[in-house]
Amino acid sequence: MRTVFYLLIGVLFGIIMFKSEAASWFRIYEMFKFESFHMYGIIGSALILGILIVQLIKRFKIKSVYGERIVFTPKAPSFTRYMVGGIIFGLGWGLAGACPGPMFTLVGVGYVSILIVIAAAIFGTFLYGLLKDKLPH
Amino acid sequence: MNWIFEPWPWYISGPLIALIMLLLLLVGKNFGMSANLRTMCTLCGAGKTADFFKFDWKTQRWNLMVVIGAIIGGFIGSHFLSAETAVTINPNTVTDLQMLGFKSAGTAYLPTELFDITALSNFKSLALLVIGGILVGFGARYAGGCTSGHAISGLSDLQIPSLIAVIGFFIGGLLMIHLIFPLIF
Repeated sequence: MRTVFYLLIGVLFGIIMFKSEAASWFRIYEMFKFESFHMYGIIGSALILGILIVQLIKRFKIKSVYGERIVFTPKAPSFTRYMVGGIIFGLGWGLAGACPGPMFTLVGVGYVSILIVIAAAIFGTFLYGLLKDKLPH
Repeated sequence: MNWIFEPWPWYISGPLIALIMLLLLLVGKNFGMSANLRTMCTLCGAGKTADFFKFDWKTQRWNLMVVIGAIIGGFIGSHFLSAETAVTINPNTVTDLQMLGFKSAGTAYLPTELFDITALSNFKSLALLVIGGILVGFGARYAGGCTSGHAISGLSDLQIPSLIAVIGFFIGGLLMIHLIFPLIF
């Protein structure tokens, strides 16, 4: 039952990524060119509602459907890893025009080439795992 | 109901993404897609090589279901919910891209110059897809999250690390498009 629920959330997410064109390489390029409000509108409106949702959950101590407390784990404080990692991610986002969600959506659309990007992204993650202890965090 | 078959505007799409985050929170999970790339490394046996991949992948099975759903969603969205899939971007952006050699700008969902199956026989296109993918995977894990984990989940919780990461995402993207693109295209 839970499995089906996660699958359905994924289906909805995939449809949104495709229909919003957030999975389009062109939209990402246009965003970084500041030539359209579209992507900023998507991220901005998701964020404003997101902040509201998190605040309401915290304020009213809303529990999960299983009766457990909803916990927000603060990320470890640091500057280097977030900034450097963020810049590296951004370079890839601009070049491949897809982040880790839309990548999978594009497989369903039928783009065979995106499988190369996914394989490379898995390899990039593997490289990080290998180098983790040598990198400044 | 015809609007369903048109591209969805930002004010529909953005709130729906927030809804995804809410649904996951309500079942006690955190929205974050790049974590799946780590799980996939573990499934490929990377735990033998690096401790970072030694974890019980079953704790992330729910997230892999979201991935499978996202693939199905892409299929449904493109095959059953779209009349036309060409992305109408700003005409200035189209002119700009055509000057860089992207003739498909304004007429396709993804640039055929990079993503068409025939482009795979072109060494440059293939290399760019590989490099782009590696940067996304490496960067997401180094930064501890991607667009969903930091820009949506983390920023919604007003976390400073996520703000730093998202600023990084934009610095990287701007460098790529404004400084590196003119050199490689």
